[in-house]
Amino acid sequence: MQEKVIEVHDLVKKFGSFVANDHLNFEVYKGEIFGFLGANGAGKTTAMKILCGLSAPTSGKVKVAGFDICRETEKVKRTIGYMSQKFSLYEDLTISENIRFFSGIYGISPAERKAKQETLLRNLELGSAKDSLIGSLPLGWKQKLAFSVAIFHDPKIVFLDEPTGGVDPITRRKFWDLIYEAADRGITVFVTTHYMDEAEYCNRVSIMNNGRIEALDTPENLKKQFGAKNMDEVFLKIARNVE
Amino acid sequence: MKQFTGFLRKEFLHIFRDPRTMIIIFALPVIQLLLFGKVISTDIQNSKIAIRDESRDNTTREITAKLLSSGYFVPADELLPGDDVEEVFRKGKVKMVVTFGSNFEQNLERDGKADVQLLADASDPNTARILTSYASGIINDYVKKEKLQNLQLPHQINTEVRMLYNEGLKSVYMFVPGIMAMILMLISAMMTSISISKEKELGTMEVLLASPLKPIQIVLGKVTPYLLLSFINALTIILIGVFIFGVPIKGSFIFLMAESFLFIMMALSLGILISTIAPNQMAAMFISVLALMLPTILLSGFIFPIENMPAPLRILSHAMPPRWFIVIIKNIMLKGTGILFVWKETLILMLMTFVFIGLSIRTFKIRLE
Amino acid sequence: MISIQNIYKSYGNVPAVSDISLEVKKGELFGLIGPDGAGKTTLMRILMTLLIQDKGLATLNGLDVVKDYKKIRQIVGYMPGRFSLYSDLTVEENLNFFATVFQTTVAENYGLIRDIYVQIEPFKNRLAGKLSGGMKQKLALSCALIHKPEILILDEPTTGVDAVSRKEFWEMLKKLQQKGITILVSTPYMDEATLCNRVALMQKGKVLDVDTPQKLVENYSRKLYAIKSDDMHRLIQDIRSYEKTDSAFAFGQYLHVTGKDDEAEATEFENYLLKKDHSGLEVLDIPPSIEDVFMELLQDNE
Repeated sequence: MQEKVIEVHDLVKKFGSFVANDHLNFEVYKGEIFGFLGANGAGKTTAMKILCGLSAPTSGKVKVAGFDICRETEKVKRTIGYMSQKFSLYEDLTISENIRFFSGIYGISPAERKAKQETLLRNLELGSAKDSLIGSLPLGWKQKLAFSVAIFHDPKIVFLDEPTGGVDPITRRKFWDLIYEAADRGITVFVTTHYMDEAEYCNRVSIMNNGRIEALDTPENLKKQFGAKNMDEVFLKIARNVE
Repeated sequence: MKQFTGFLRKEFLHIFRDPRTMIIIFALPVIQLLLFGKVISTDIQNSKIAIRDESRDNTTREITAKLLSSGYFVPADELLPGDDVEEVFRKGKVKMVVTFGSNFEQNLERDGKADVQLLADASDPNTARILTSYASGIINDYVKKEKLQNLQLPHQINTEVRMLYNEGLKSVYMFVPGIMAMILMLISAMMTSISISKEKELGTMEVLLASPLKPIQIVLGKVTPYLLLSFINALTIILIGVFIFGVPIKGSFIFLMAESFLFIMMALSLGILISTIAPNQMAAMFISVLALMLPTILLSGFIFPIENMPAPLRILSHAMPPRWFIVIIKNIMLKGTGILFVWKETLILMLMTFVFIGLSIRTFKIRLE
Repeated sequence: MISIQNIYKSYGNVPAVSDISLEVKKGELFGLIGPDGAGKTTLMRILMTLLIQDKGLATLNGLDVVKDYKKIRQIVGYMPGRFSLYSDLTVEENLNFFATVFQTTVAENYGLIRDIYVQIEPFKNRLAGKLSGGMKQKLALSCALIHKPEILILDEPTTGVDAVSRKEFWEMLKKLQQKGITILVSTPYMDEATLCNRVALMQKGKVLDVDTPQKLVENYSRKLYAIKSDDMHRLIQDIRSYEKTDSAFAFGQYLHVTGKDDEAEATEFENYLLKKDHSGLEVLDIPPSIEDVFMELLQDNE
């Protein structure tokens, strides 16, 4: 039996009379790349905020990395990493200043930071740019850096909210190489995306609609289940069925 | 014309749907005025003073009684000749010490001269100045009326002081014009610049520019609602001033509103100018506060007298539109003068308006950069 | 309908658009395909008369973008990249506002927007800021169409929008095209290229290639293989370390692989991977997609 790093039982989140998350049930295993898909307004962001400890569920039980999301929020936050397209690094700080800042937050010692920073920059081939401002880097580099910083403190789980918007197809795939590497090291990757081909890179995919999870399986099985050629069709069929 | 009314309708919807804007436009003027008028009043009332009377004769007792019955002062401890004056001030309660020299009555009646010393706590210089001038006024008044007329002394020069146009030295007379300048500046200049830069920030300006709307239509559409609202505000402030604080309007009401209109136009054109420079709402707000509000408060003569400023600031104050506006309204409201006496100030405001409009037209872009 | 000749535009020393020439025919649905920083937005803003090019000429329906900007603004509908409607106005108020700006009424041009507007009409009293992504986009398109433009310029209308809304949006564009409107649309999604009549593939301010999607794919000269195994991560590493591999990129559950000088055969890859103990192995000879074409062009340019 694989180790469960995220356990969600009957998660409900309401805003007034509006049900954003309607009895969600799912589990995510260690080292898995878990795709979290859904139409705009399907409730993805709400669920992700709850998992990151930023928002409390109305009812239900949620455990992340073995900690209860309501009672042990601080412990949860220490064991996760987060990266979104909107915010990740400070544009007006250099690469090493950003790394130092985030290391400080997670209590990484200066010696450890130095060693890790060197490896990180070498792997990304950014050694010469460590004193460049983030704002001056191309988008593709920023995204890779943001991801590397998000997993700098070796979290058990990293949450990626549409991490690859706006870059060319090659850069996008290089980003996924990093995700695979992280998963290989045992970090669980929880990712949302609008690129349907990226859904196929995931070990398992859940598709949300109107606050409910309508399907959850490997891409392979989902395609069989819905008699579809690719994930795009699966997605469209689910959305249309519900309507 | 339909384009224009459509634009206006949209602007009013923006204003009425944003609670913050509504508060700034409708609540702020009233609150500001009441605050300045009632709470932060610099009028002197019931200030604690200590009396050190070394003569203890009829005259000093009468003067003391006059001082204490004026309503400005209340007695604190009486001091004995040997007491340490500084110690009294250090305790912080007493604002002024009045010391009568020895043989006061005798000296006065014999030589027409007697010593009285006024020591004031000048850590608050404005209050100290007002306290000493009130006290010396009362003392002189008493001495002149009660004593000197019975004496026949040669070469006596009487100085008579009368505070014209504001006999009671009421600070609210000063605050109403000041607040009016400030509020009109705030609403006309700041709100216009924010509302234009908001469109830039949200990207809607891109759509407006790409439409057949002419820049002048965009600007007029943005400015007109604030022109109306500012005018309503000017009226409100004047009405509160007259009916709640009893500030008189000695001059022509129409002329007063006309000058207010001119000032509003000036502020609006300044607001447009700011919006052409500011890329977003934050910047517009920042420039407005830094370039408009602070100078209006500090350099217009509203709170600090221009005559007391160091030369560089005094020169700078000439560039502050509210400075001229305050002079104009004070003249109209308190002195009842007409255009003949304020034509210079009016001309300066007109000139400023033209300059700002000219600059705005030059910097307003029909494109994005 | 749209003619772009040697357009050049830079911000400071950074060229945003360098020497681009394109022709869009009347009634065409033309796509600008490329990532952020390709110059799509800059080019569109120049056409929209919102920016002035440093060099070159551009005309829309024979009107010069610099001299005749007033006339151009009358005949073109524009949807900028960001959501740019008033979020504190309702759906209906937004639409009415843009109608009056263009000196027309909603009723006058209702025929053109009806298909789109009926979908958001139930929410016409809702504030635009409270609409979902797909709805906002439909409203923005309705507003851009309100004055019956001859040309429609849409800057990344489908970015950040879910797959369902994207599909619906393209269906709407097709219908508009049938009504004779020339459409220039930009997108970072490669798969949307096949929905255009012709596309320009762009990167870093340059046009890499212009053609119909079919031609672009036909002109792809490399041999392309799709390879799959049960362990994707190990597959990528093994393929990349194989001396006969030129490029290997993940495409869905497959890996698209080209061989050095196109010499390697499917069987060679298969044998190599079998030696590496891969299970569930599949090696297919496949036709390229637009994305393969684009990636090939990117690599050639680097």
